Amino acid sequence: MSAKAAKTHDDGGTRRDFLYLSAGAFGAVGVGSFAWPFLQSLAPAADTRALATVEVDLSPIEVGQAITVVWQGKPVFIRHRTEKEIEGARKTDVATLRDKESDEDRVIKPEWLVMVGICTHLGCVPLGQKKSDPKGDFHGWFCPCHGSHYDESGRIRKGPAPKNLTVPTYSFITDTSIRIG
Amino acid sequence: MASGKRAEFDNKVVGWIDERLPVFTLMQKEYGVFPTPRNFNYFWNFGAIAMTMLILMIVTGIVLAMHYTPHTGEAFNSVERIMRDVNWGWMIRYMHMNGASFFFIAVYIHICRGMYYGSYKKPRELLWILGVLIFLLMMATAFMGYVLPWGQMSYWGATVITGFFSAIPVIGEDIQTWLLGGFTVDNATLNRFFSLHYLLPFLIVGVVFLHIWALHVSGSNNPTGIEPQSNKDPLPFHPFYTTKDTFGLLVFLLFYVAITFWAPNVLGHPDNYIEANPMVTPAHIVPEWYFLPFYAILRAVTFGVNIYVAAGIGLMALAMLPVYCAQTAFKVPVIYNDKDKKNFNWNKFFVLFGLGGAIFMLGFLCQYELADGSKALALPFGQLIFATAKLGGVLAMFGSIALLFVLPWLDTHPVKSANFRPMFKIALLVLLVDFIVLGLVGMKPAAGLWIPLGQIATAYYMSFFLIILPFLNKFEKALPVPKSINEAVLAKKKAK
Ligand code: HEM
Ligand code: FES
Repeated sequence: MSAKAAKTHDDGGTRRDFLYLSAGAFGAVGVGSFAWPFLQSLAPAADTRALATVEVDLSPIEVGQAITVVWQGKPVFIRHRTEKEIEGARKTDVATLRDKESDEDRVIKPEWLVMVGICTHLGCVPLGQKKSDPKGDFHGWFCPCHGSHYDESGRIRKGPAPKNLTVPTYSFITDTSIRIG
Repeated sequence: MASGKRAEFDNKVVGWIDERLPVFTLMQKEYGVFPTPRNFNYFWNFGAIAMTMLILMIVTGIVLAMHYTPHTGEAFNSVERIMRDVNWGWMIRYMHMNGASFFFIAVYIHICRGMYYGSYKKPRELLWILGVLIFLLMMATAFMGYVLPWGQMSYWGATVITGFFSAIPVIGEDIQTWLLGGFTVDNATLNRFFSLHYLLPFLIVGVVFLHIWALHVSGSNNPTGIEPQSNKDPLPFHPFYTTKDTFGLLVFLLFYVAITFWAPNVLGHPDNYIEANPMVTPAHIVPEWYFLPFYAILRAVTFGVNIYVAAGIGLMALAMLPVYCAQTAFKVPVIYNDKDKKNFNWNKFFVLFGLGGAIFMLGFLCQYELADGSKALALPFGQLIFATAKLGGVLAMFGSIALLFVLPWLDTHPVKSANFRPMFKIALLVLLVDFIVLGLVGMKPAAGLWIPLGQIATAYYMSFFLIILPFLNKFEKALPVPKSINEAVLAKKKAK
């Protein structure tokens, strides 16, 4: 704003506009920074986040058996796969899949399949962990809620779920134990 | 509000208070002498009934909250303790549980009344919108209330419903985690739901206040849908409608009490008497009955949006455009709408609309799964999905409620009451049946013939609002409407 323009009376509008805008902007920043801690307080608390890793001993799980452990409050499926299951998972043509992922990309060691046991449709726990459970049309897991079928690698093959069962980040601590998270 | 002329009161104390704070004048004006159309039928009782149920929910809820523990380890047992050990606890809980159902029954009938008699039209648009807002808040309240007893349905219902948010692209999962306060439905979730379940009913009270304020500005609609013109048309609210409302309320409460005492669990689900177990999903998750039609709409979308689906919808919308713009000055740049908007070219409409429908079906078939998991049809780009089926379902479900909000602008036909609109009447009654069918579909597992049935019913629901209503605006000839409410009442009497 030039000194000349500032002196003329009808310029008052501009000055006032500036005051309104800057007051409004400061107000908005103020409200925002006041609201921030309250909104953040709703996000997972420190103790919830602290439960973010879990260690599992795999040695008692026989070939062909599966166990379910809890990680971040979610069920995690750990399956000791048989040769036949590994072979079945690997001979599937990846190009035909809905969520294209090869079995190799979903495991660290082929005999151990580790994944979050939550259906990627609307969050039910699929069946297939117990021997007596239905395993769906693709020898893996079957979600009874809306009928999603997963294969030996936990990949979605049929039904409404959009994605494969999630593989969490995990690592082998020893040959027979893993840390999830 | 009552700042104008004050009423005279015989009682000195009342007079003293009223001079300083005219609450008695207000009540007298709004509920004593308030002019109300003389021809109400019993469908006009359900507003007062809903109001009573709201108060009942708050009273029973506050007492329940005194015995309830919002903690995952204790919640289920604290509700069982209410049922077994707390004096009259079983009754108070059954009143609250079934009260929610009957609250919804009253509100559903209230909404149907509004639709049948065109109560959403000018000058009552805002009144209607506030009503839909109440309905939405009620759904949120009831959903969170149902989580509190921490049974299997509570837990898995909450998981599925909050799972909707993960359908939002990119940020969905973060939003879901934020809403839950954790990575799954857990203690943080239960606690915040309890807090909100306590809060929302009082917000509803606030919106109800605005709803009634707006009602008392425009005045009530009535079965003829014509506004009162002379003082022969209305009656003072008291004693005529205080009496009628009380009678109707008592009949309604009779049904409510009968269910509450004799069959308190018929409307519920037995799985909710099993404590929540995050590791085991019940074989069949169903929401409370009042959510079933919307749940069916959610599940009807089994296909994502690929280019064919998008193009199909686009063409159908293009065909409808001249109909939408029939009452506006906007000249639709589509060939078949002549300038004075009189000659509607049906042939061109059907060609364009039919083409849109066919392309939509191609997009649908590209994603239709056969028994072996392969698709019914393979077209180029058929598998390229812009919006997943999950997102589509969530949008359709919220859209079905959003349509209620804009109803006053979808139905712009000048005649309000369905009694004088034969075509609208049929379409609306079919919608009612359709809504019930959706409810049945929502109850069944999504398999077999229930899937196409749900899809057809969803299509009708959407078409009613987006296709039928706009056409009726343009083409429906109404029957002759009586000159006044009084005349209609007298004519009816004579006919007897
Ligand atoms: C709009 C009004 C309300 C609706 C629609 C509503 C709905 C519900 C529903 C559906 C349940 C689950 C019942 C069951 O299956 O056990 C419930 C539970 C509960 N509600 Fe409400 N509620 C309302 C108002 C309130 C208020 C105002 C309070 C407290 C001040 C409250 C406190 C509770 C408590 C403590 C429970 C858990 C105990 C139980 O499950 O019976 N509610 N509510
Ligand atoms: S939640 Fe698994 S199929 Fe819907």
